[in-house]
Amino acid sequence: MTSQLALTIILNGLTLAALYFIVASGFSLIFGLMRTVNMAHGSLYMVGAYVGYALWEPLYDADAWYAWYAGVAMGMAAAAIVGVAMQRVLLGWMQGQELRQALVTIGLSIIIADQILAYYGGNPRQFFAPDAIFGSSNVPGVGRYPTFRLFQIGVAVVVGIGLWLLLNRTKVGLMIRAGVDDRDMLSACGVDVPKINIIVFALGAALAGLGGVIGATAQPLAQGVDGRFLLISLVVVIVGGMGSITGTAIGAILVGLAEQIGQALFPTYSVILTFVIMVVVLALRPQGIMGRLR
Amino acid sequence: MSAWLRTPVGMASAATLALLLLLPAILPELMPQNQARFWLANIFGRAIIYGIIAMSLIFLATYGGLVSLAQMSLAGVAGYVVAITIDGAAPSIVGGLSYATAIPLGIAAATLAALFVGLVSVRTRDIYLLMITLALAMGFFRFVETNLAWFNGYEGIRNVLGPSVFGLPFRDPHVLYYVSLTVAVLLYAGVLYLVRSPFGLVLQGIRDNPRRVAALGYNVALHRIAAFGVAGFIAGCGGVLATIYNIGISPGSIGLGATVNVLIMSVIGGLGHPIGAFIGSLIFAFFDTFAASIYDRNRFNTLIGIVFLVIVLLSPDGVIGLAKRVGALMRRD
Repeated sequence: MTSQLALTIILNGLTLAALYFIVASGFSLIFGLMRTVNMAHGSLYMVGAYVGYALWEPLYDADAWYAWYAGVAMGMAAAAIVGVAMQRVLLGWMQGQELRQALVTIGLSIIIADQILAYYGGNPRQFFAPDAIFGSSNVPGVGRYPTFRLFQIGVAVVVGIGLWLLLNRTKVGLMIRAGVDDRDMLSACGVDVPKINIIVFALGAALAGLGGVIGATAQPLAQGVDGRFLLISLVVVIVGGMGSITGTAIGAILVGLAEQIGQALFPTYSVILTFVIMVVVLALRPQGIMGRLR
Repeated sequence: MSAWLRTPVGMASAATLALLLLLPAILPELMPQNQARFWLANIFGRAIIYGIIAMSLIFLATYGGLVSLAQMSLAGVAGYVVAITIDGAAPSIVGGLSYATAIPLGIAAATLAALFVGLVSVRTRDIYLLMITLALAMGFFRFVETNLAWFNGYEGIRNVLGPSVFGLPFRDPHVLYYVSLTVAVLLYAGVLYLVRSPFGLVLQGIRDNPRRVAALGYNVALHRIAAFGVAGFIAGCGGVLATIYNIGISPGSIGLGATVNVLIMSVIGGLGHPIGAFIGSLIFAFFDTFAASIYDRNRFNTLIGIVFLVIVLLSPDGVIGLAKRVGALMRRD
C-alpha cells in the first residue's frame, strides 16, 4: 500500500469519525445527565435530515446562497423540538425507570421512522454543500480531497470545544455537571432540574439533527439511517464511556478508523473489526475507555 | 401433577393445551377451508414459532433481570447454520447435511453464540446490557448482510423446506402447527421446571441481589453465562422453526426491525411470565395480519408502535399484568 493510499484511508476514517462524534456526543450528553438511553436518537438524526431537506430544496432551487445553512438550522431546530416534546410528554415523568424509558423511545423510533416514510417516501435524497465548501482541496500527502469532508472535521472540533466550554465554563454547564453527580442535591439547592433536563435534551437532539444534515450532505439519506446511527452512537459511547465528551471523541475516532481501515483491508469482514474493538474494551474496561464506575 | 391440575392455573393450562390441540379441528368449523389453513399456519403457527424466540427473551428478563436484544440474532445463527449446511438450499453454500444433523448443529451453534454473548456482557447490567446486546445483534446483522461467501449477503438463503415428519411434508399446515406446538410446549414446561430448580433459584437470587448471592458462595458470572446459554438454546429452536416457516433466511429476518419485533411481542405479552411470550406474539400476529383493515395497510409499523407505546405507558408488565390487575379489582368487589 502506498503512503498516499494509507493517508487517504486514515483521513477517510477521521472524517467519518467527525460525523460519528457529532451524532454520538448528543446521545452521550443525554445519557450522562439523565441516564436516559435515547433509543430514538437515530430517529432524531433522520428528523433533522428530512425536515432540513424540506427547507433546503426550494431554497436551493431558487439559488439562495444560504440554502444549506438554513437547512442546517432547520434540521437542528426540528430535531430539538421533537426531542423536547419527547422529554416533556413521555420521558420526564418516568425519570429513573431506565428500561421503561428505553422501551418508550424504541416505540417512538418505530412510529417516527414509519411516519417519515409515509410523508417523504422511500426515495434517497442528498444535500448539495454550499459553494464555499464544495469541490475539493489539496491536502499534503493525500492530494485532492473533498472539501466538505474536511469541513466535517472542522464542525466536529467546534462542537467538541463548544461542548467543553459549555460544560466547564458556564453556569448551565456547572448545573449539568452537578446533576450528573447528584441530581437530588442539585434539586435541593433550588435548581430547576427538569428545566436543565429539557435544555440538555434539546442540545443533544439538536446535535443529532446537525449530524443528520451533515451526514445527508456527505452520503445519501434513505430509510434505515436511523438504525445505523443509533448503532453507531451505541458502539461509540460503549467504547468511549458513557457521558464523557472526551470518551465519545476517542470512541468515534476508533470506530471511524476501524471501519475505513477494515473496509480497505478485508471488505466483507470489516464490520467485525468494529465489534472486536467493542468486545475487547468491554472485557478490559466494562465502563468504557473514559467512563467512570458508578 | 394431579394436585397441580386441580389448581386454577393448572386447570387453565390444561384447558388451553386441549384447545390448542383441537384447534386444527375447530378452525374449519368456523370458516372456509382455505381460511382455516391460513389461520392455522400463518397466525397460530407463526405466533407459536415467534413466541418461542420471545420466550427466550422473557426467560432472561424475568428470571435473570437480563433484557437481551440479541435473541433474534441467536435464532438467526441457528437458522443460518441450518440454511448453510442443509442439502437442497439455494444457493448451496456448504450443503450435504440432512435435517436430522443440520437442526441439532444449528441449535448447538445458537447455544454457543449465546454463551459468547453472555461472556461479553457478563460484567454489565440493566440498560448497559440492553445496549451491548443490541450492538452485538446489529453487528451480526451487518456482517451477514455484507458477507457473500458464507451468508449470500442481502439475498440470504432460500429453499429451506424442512424435513418430512412421519412421511408428511413440513409445508402441510397441520404438520407445521403440531411440530411447533410440541416444541413450544416442551420448552415452556422446561422453562417452568428450570426456574424451580436450584439453578433457577440462584438465577433469581442474582436478579434480586447479585452481591448477596456471591457472598453465599455462588459464581454469579457463571450462572449468568449459563442462563444465556439456556436462552440461546430456546432461541435456536425458534430460529430453526422460523427459518423453515419462512422457507429460508435473509438479513431482513434478523435486522433491527425483527429484533425490535421480538421485544415488542415480549413487552406486549408481559415480562413476568413465559406465557406472555405466546400471548404477545399472538397479538402481534393479529395486528400484522389485520393492520390493513384496522388502519392502513402500509402503516403497520405506526400501528404496532402505538400499541407498544400504550402498553409500555399504561401497563409495563404487559397484557398479563393488565389481566392480573383487572382480576384483583374484580375480586375486591
